[in-house]
Amino acid sequence: MSTSTQSQPAAAPQRGGEYLLEVQGVEKHFPILRGAFFKRKVGAVRAVDGIDLAVKAGETLGLVGESGCGKSTTGRLMTRLLEPTGGKVILEGRDISHLGVSQMRPLRREIQMIFQDPYSSLNPRHTVGSIIGAPLQVQNIKTAHGQKREVQRLLELVGLNPEHYNRYPHEFSGGQRQRIGIARALALQPKLIIADEPVSALDVSIQAQVVNLLDDLQREFNLTYVFIAHDLSVVKHISDRVAVMYLGKVVEVGPRDGLYAEPLHPYTYALLSAVPVPDPDRRDKAQRERVLLTGDVPSPIDPPSGCRFRTRCWKAQDICAQEEPLLRELQPGQTVACHFPITTEERSGKGAQAARAAAAEIPVAASTDPFAEPIA
Amino acid sequence: MSTSLLKDGDPAPYRAGSAAQSFLDVRDLRIHFKTDDGIVKAVDGLTFQLERGETLGIVGESGSGKSVTSLGILGLHRRGSAKISGEVWLDGEELIGASPERVRTLRGAKMSMIFQDPLTAMHPYYTVGKQIIEAYRVHHKVSKADARRRAIEMLDRVGIPQPQKRVDDYPHQFSGGMRQRAMIAMSLVNNPQLLIADEPTTALDVTVQAQILDLIRDLQAEFNSAVIIITHDLGVVAEVADDILVMYGGKCVEHATAQDIFRRPEHPYAWGLLSSMPRVDREVRERLVPIKGNPPSLINLPNGCSFHPRCPYVERNGIPCKTVEPTLAEGTQDHSVACHIPPAERQAIFKSDIAPSL
Ligand SMILES: Nc1ncnc2c1ncn2[C@@H]1O[C@H](COP(=O)(O)OP(=O)(O)OP(=O)(O)O)[C@@H](O)[C@H]1O
Ligand SMILES: Nc1ncnc2c1ncn2[C@@H]1O[C@H](COP(=O)(O)OP(=O)(O)OP(=O)(O)O)[C@@H](O)[C@H]1O
Ligand code: SF4
Ligand code: SF4
Ligand SMILES: [Mg+2]
Ligand SMILES: [Mg+2]
Repeated sequence: MSTSTQSQPAAAPQRGGEYLLEVQGVEKHFPILRGAFFKRKVGAVRAVDGIDLAVKAGETLGLVGESGCGKSTTGRLMTRLLEPTGGKVILEGRDISHLGVSQMRPLRREIQMIFQDPYSSLNPRHTVGSIIGAPLQVQNIKTAHGQKREVQRLLELVGLNPEHYNRYPHEFSGGQRQRIGIARALALQPKLIIADEPVSALDVSIQAQVVNLLDDLQREFNLTYVFIAHDLSVVKHISDRVAVMYLGKVVEVGPRDGLYAEPLHPYTYALLSAVPVPDPDRRDKAQRERVLLTGDVPSPIDPPSGCRFRTRCWKAQDICAQEEPLLRELQPGQTVACHFPITTEERSGKGAQAARAAAAEIPVAASTDPFAEPIA
Repeated sequence: MSTSLLKDGDPAPYRAGSAAQSFLDVRDLRIHFKTDDGIVKAVDGLTFQLERGETLGIVGESGSGKSVTSLGILGLHRRGSAKISGEVWLDGEELIGASPERVRTLRGAKMSMIFQDPLTAMHPYYTVGKQIIEAYRVHHKVSKADARRRAIEMLDRVGIPQPQKRVDDYPHQFSGGMRQRAMIAMSLVNNPQLLIADEPTTALDVTVQAQILDLIRDLQAEFNSAVIIITHDLGVVAEVADDILVMYGGKCVEHATAQDIFRRPEHPYAWGLLSSMPRVDREVRERLVPIKGNPPSLINLPNGCSFHPRCPYVERNGIPCKTVEPTLAEGTQDHSVACHIPPAERQAIFKSDIAPSL
């Protein structure tokens, strides 16, 4: 055998290998209905508008982006709590896009969701025991030592006292309630957990406990996570790869370190520059180099043509309004959808200040007509 | 820096009832609630000062009394349910003993607040403009047309696009970030000298958050206001605060300049907060270091130092953490800490054990 470099196997991904879950061109358009008696469709909210994402077994994929850009909707499509209006959701090679409730039931064991709000996602009238045990009951699962013992094992696993079996959610703090939600998600020994803002409602010290718990569980059970959040420090801590969304599209995906160090999409760049730096000595520098996005956020009902970010992008050219940029791989594993990705010079302090100045120049009316004359 | 610490040549320490020296002077503020389970000591002996043009950040765990403090300063607690003692001096005028009418007059004119959730502060059935106009006319005898002009000007100042058009929108027609800005416009319409912002950006994404913080800074510079910003996001206080006050269990456990709190913190709870925080500006650590245990019940605070059940240094070298409550005392200059560990030893522990892992 020759030993040419080309025949060497591709470098193995950091953790796991296979794609556990893929979404291909997936869309979710919510109809807007009008009319008193006969509802007719007058438009659609294009919450998720054709995205491709693949989640490898054993990895954590962080999902970030502006409020309303479609992160939760994407999570709900991945768990098939929502049915896509276009494209495919593929779990372990099988197309599950349009499976009905009964066909989905056995697959529910594999994918679980953890929700943001530990207060409203737990039924206040049920005991902790019945909340965590419910998925076992629904799936009719026989456990070795009975359901109670199993629930108590789960409570211990997430760091709660097994004696709390008969308590009600209101007797627990926010962090403890979030642990209850995690125990419930773990009950069926899923492969994939979609965590939608699981620590956003918790304060830093409790947040750290829950993040460590998720880390430990991942290592122990080889879990795969999709972690949705807008705290970019937490996302950086927990993710192997990060996907950035903007107005229903994925604009950049890449390995954590590469994406944070060298963002390629102007939106990713602006987003990362806005993260508050917990260091008073550097705040002036951080503020000078921060790229503030002006202009109104466009609506998902009527998104801009071409690149959706162009109404707020300081690098936009004519082509950005005409041609939608497609995701291209510019760095190993790092793909970006932009006609004019951020360059190395632009990442320097000077470049950042220039970008800030340029972004601030974008007239507010640009949200309706990006190429109008700037308002004097 | 404006803790109640005296330097050579300073006048004698103030006594209760003596006239204030600072623009905002909070003295031994206590706010207790009677509940079925017992008395909640939400704020229990808080003292601090703030000058115009300065920003104080208040941080601390959920339920440590941050919001109750700010509502107390603004006179927004119902007097029936809350038992309030101590003094709050605003520009030489004491507010706790003042009549509710007087406090109401000051609120909105001289002091105002930005709440966490703009929907609770804005009325859903009135347009954004109408609400700002009303807030202005309560304190200014001007025509509706003039007030409307003022409302549009404020919406423009806070960066609402096309304010002439958007002024007639209802709150639900605004996005989350725009609603927050509209509420800030309403809070600022009377150029308040004291602005209290309670988690003003918690519900927003970082790009909008950066805009709002910029806005607060600009407006503060313009009107020379005193600002209190309450949050559990340490990044946010690091960006805007001159001084930081760390609360635990209804009390101040550390108060210092922002630089000191981040560079030379001395209270074990503050160490815990900093270690828990993942940082975007550092190499990723294998594990976060949380504070063990859960926040205390304010009805039954632990004896002695209320942080003792969670403190890794409890009873170190025989200090009486479980029985004697530490008082807030000056360690180094302008840096007060409530902990029994002697100042030099605290500083040494921070340097050797805490700082390297931050
Ligand atoms: N059931 C629904 N009907 C109509 N529109 C919807 C529905 N659910 C979501 N949307 C819209 O779809 C868009 C994406 O919403 P989504 O909740 O996925 O955003 P998100 O990225 O999770 O935002 P956030 O960070 O605020 O949680 C928004 O414009 C939202 O208003
Ligand atoms: N009206 C009330 N009656 C009884 N208890 C109250 C009342 N208002 C607040 N409390 C209690 O006082 C304590 C302090 O509450 P506060 O809202 O000030 O906390 P916080 O520090 O602002 O927390 P967070 O970060 O969660 O906003 C809490 O234990 C709360 O339950
Ligand atoms: S494609 Fe054009 S408008 Fe879009 S992000 Fe890139 S440069 Fe900006
Ligand atoms: S007084 Fe004791 S228990 Fe309290 S913080 Fe200091 S060392 Fe810890
Ligand atoms: Mg969401
Ligand atoms: Mg609060």
